[in-house]
Amino acid sequence: MKHLLTTQGLSKDDAILLLDTSAQMAATQSRENKKLPTLRGRTVVNLFYEDSTRTRISFETAAKRLSADVINFSAKGSSVSKGESLKDTALTLHAMGADAVVVRHSASGAAHQLAHAGWLDAGVLNAGDGMHQHPTQALLDAFTIRRHLVGGVGHDGRGADTSAGADLAGLRIAIVGDVLHSRVARSNVYLLHTLGAEVTLVAPPTLVPVGVETWPCRVSYHLDETLEQWQPDAVMMLRVQRERMSGGSGSFFPSPMEYSRKFGFDARRLAVLPDHAIVMHPGPMNRGLEISAAAADHPRSVIVEQVANGVAVRMAALYLLLSGDDSAATPSTSTDERTAL
Amino acid sequence: MSTPSTTTYVLRGVRPYGADPVDMVLADGVIAALGAPGTVEVPDGAHEIGPDGGSADGYVLLPGLVDLHTHLREPGREDAETVFSGTRAAAAGGFTAVHAMANTTPTQDTAGVVEQVYRLGQEAGWVDVHPVGAVTVGLGGEKLAELGAMADSAARVRVFSDDGKCVHDPVLMRRALEYVKAFDGVVAQHAQEPRLTEGAQMNEGVVSAQIGLTGWPAVAEESIIARDVLLAEHVGSRLHVCHLSTAGSVEIIRWAKGRGIDVTAEVTPHHLVLTDELARDYDPVFKVNPPLRTARDVEAVREGLADGTIDIVATDHAPHPVEDKDCEWASAAFGMTGLETALSVVQQTMVDTGRMSWADVARVLSENPARIGRIDAAQGRPVAVGEPANLTLVDPRATRAIDGRTQVTASANTPFAGMELPGRVVATFLRGRATVLDGAVVDGAAPDGKTLEGATR
Repeated sequence: MKHLLTTQGLSKDDAILLLDTSAQMAATQSRENKKLPTLRGRTVVNLFYEDSTRTRISFETAAKRLSADVINFSAKGSSVSKGESLKDTALTLHAMGADAVVVRHSASGAAHQLAHAGWLDAGVLNAGDGMHQHPTQALLDAFTIRRHLVGGVGHDGRGADTSAGADLAGLRIAIVGDVLHSRVARSNVYLLHTLGAEVTLVAPPTLVPVGVETWPCRVSYHLDETLEQWQPDAVMMLRVQRERMSGGSGSFFPSPMEYSRKFGFDARRLAVLPDHAIVMHPGPMNRGLEISAAAADHPRSVIVEQVANGVAVRMAALYLLLSGDDSAATPSTSTDERTAL
Repeated sequence: MSTPSTTTYVLRGVRPYGADPVDMVLADGVIAALGAPGTVEVPDGAHEIGPDGGSADGYVLLPGLVDLHTHLREPGREDAETVFSGTRAAAAGGFTAVHAMANTTPTQDTAGVVEQVYRLGQEAGWVDVHPVGAVTVGLGGEKLAELGAMADSAARVRVFSDDGKCVHDPVLMRRALEYVKAFDGVVAQHAQEPRLTEGAQMNEGVVSAQIGLTGWPAVAEESIIARDVLLAEHVGSRLHVCHLSTAGSVEIIRWAKGRGIDVTAEVTPHHLVLTDELARDYDPVFKVNPPLRTARDVEAVREGLADGTIDIVATDHAPHPVEDKDCEWASAAFGMTGLETALSVVQQTMVDTGRMSWADVARVLSENPARIGRIDAAQGRPVAVGEPANLTLVDPRATRAIDGRTQVTASANTPFAGMELPGRVVATFLRGRATVLDGAVVDGAAPDGKTLEGATR
């Protein structure tokens, strides 16, 4: 596996390999010495053009736990702020001998371009590109779902994960909120579908993209109806960006209160769910807007665990990218390099 | 206008509009003689052009092509193109006249700037350059530019456009439509509702939804066209719609023409063949405004062009330096070069598919654009004795591999790179003077006989 750019076109075998590898990585993280020698001598560059605390730290932690050398390159305080192009930055990283580049960029397609424009030959790991994809977020979400709903790990996070090799067949996942602008939603729709889960997107029509009809999921404009009638096994809340509601005539919904009433997740809505259902959020949360404090901090919320699982998933992705074992994750069903792992 | 060529040319076995072969003599800037092969008296010392002894399947002869929509970038962005390099590319593509769009720096919004571009065109001598005047000062969309001064200038501007920006204020658009009637001008509208396209990157639809680029919805084009045809009807003005790109736009133009509204419409070569699927690899060479649409839209504009709903093909030739395309999609400039590939694309999509004849090609790439631009006294003329020898000779059987780096234009941003396209311009004549011969531009001779140094700059 050379790059991890998108979940669209990722084969089921590769997805399960990533999840199983993540589980192995997670198992090592309960040891006293969390560090593995696997990537000793390899250089991982975190190239972050967008502010991100948790994703950058998660990748940095993952790379360091694998003993890689980590270079953090953020747009602030680098030559990017002086107007250096993505291309020139890529050429620089190439010249410095980066083995893998973890990139976060506001422009959709930036990771794809880094991987395919011929600027550098490092493996590229997409840590979020514009509104397009954030594949490790989807993988950590799937990993979290699998542990709890397939592997038998309790709400308290205890119990052995017995889900190795399993997919998510038959599970129902509701993804709620600003789908239009969300790379998390796009990544999850394709990955969860590949893993056999059913997905329903729930949002006001203004926050659903034109063209959604080709996505492998259902769309609902009504949260209560979806919760009551569809009985999802997991509810994934998406962050609502503050700027989406302050655009005057360009606002996507009338007011934060109305959004919260119709699409916010709270204890009342949690009570409608089946007992085993879990509550997820990729963070950072707007408490009181898309999720209430009671729901976020509820025992059935796995939000903090998602963060912990993120490290294991990113360790797995870096390992599979840099371990040099091409046979392990050669795309088996996708013939399209663009969508390949 | 440049002085006529002193060389006499004989074209043997060429097929005007693709019809039966003829022999033809070009002398003193006009078509001096025309007749069945072997029946035309050839002057001594004439330069002979013709394939394989003038067989019946010889080259196709068309009136010199006229582009109503060219970005020459000078003044201001000489790093992308100059009047010289752009018009040289135009000649290579078979053009004898181009309309140079107004979005230069400074803007072509005064008599002074349009006269500068007009003069640069004359000095270059590759094609007739007709500057387009801006509708509003600085393309700002707020205040009418001095349309009358530009019309009265040496450049005799008749086409006015804020191209790149839409004249979106309905009152301003109405005034412009009315005002240019005084000198038989036309407003060429870049139809793009600005609020519906804030931050827009590509066609809004299935592909944009998947790849996460902000959508440019078809309705943003169609709503402006619908408004404008009704405005044009109300004030009895002539309207031209630039680069329409959607099936809905074709329907609206068809409806408007059915009502007798004086509207003309253009389509670009790229909208005749390319679709938004090409955005999937985020290569900004496919980023253009209006954006590439769907296969259904491509079919609709082909049908509209074939049935006359769409009057012309115009290139929207938009050269850009490498750095403006070798970057993130969202940061890249809109636009693609087109002068050297336009005729080939029209041949491939319309002629080779049997939807149009070569006479139709002459109509949409020469006669109609000349008429809309009100330069039809000199350009887009019939192929007939006594007419100005503005002619394009095409070998329709040739194919060529497109490579941006070998284009004549100063920029390399062609979406057809790596493709094989049919047809090759063998020769172009501007008032009897060959600007292209044997498929190569004829460097070195300015229209007044001076040698141009650095002609390939």
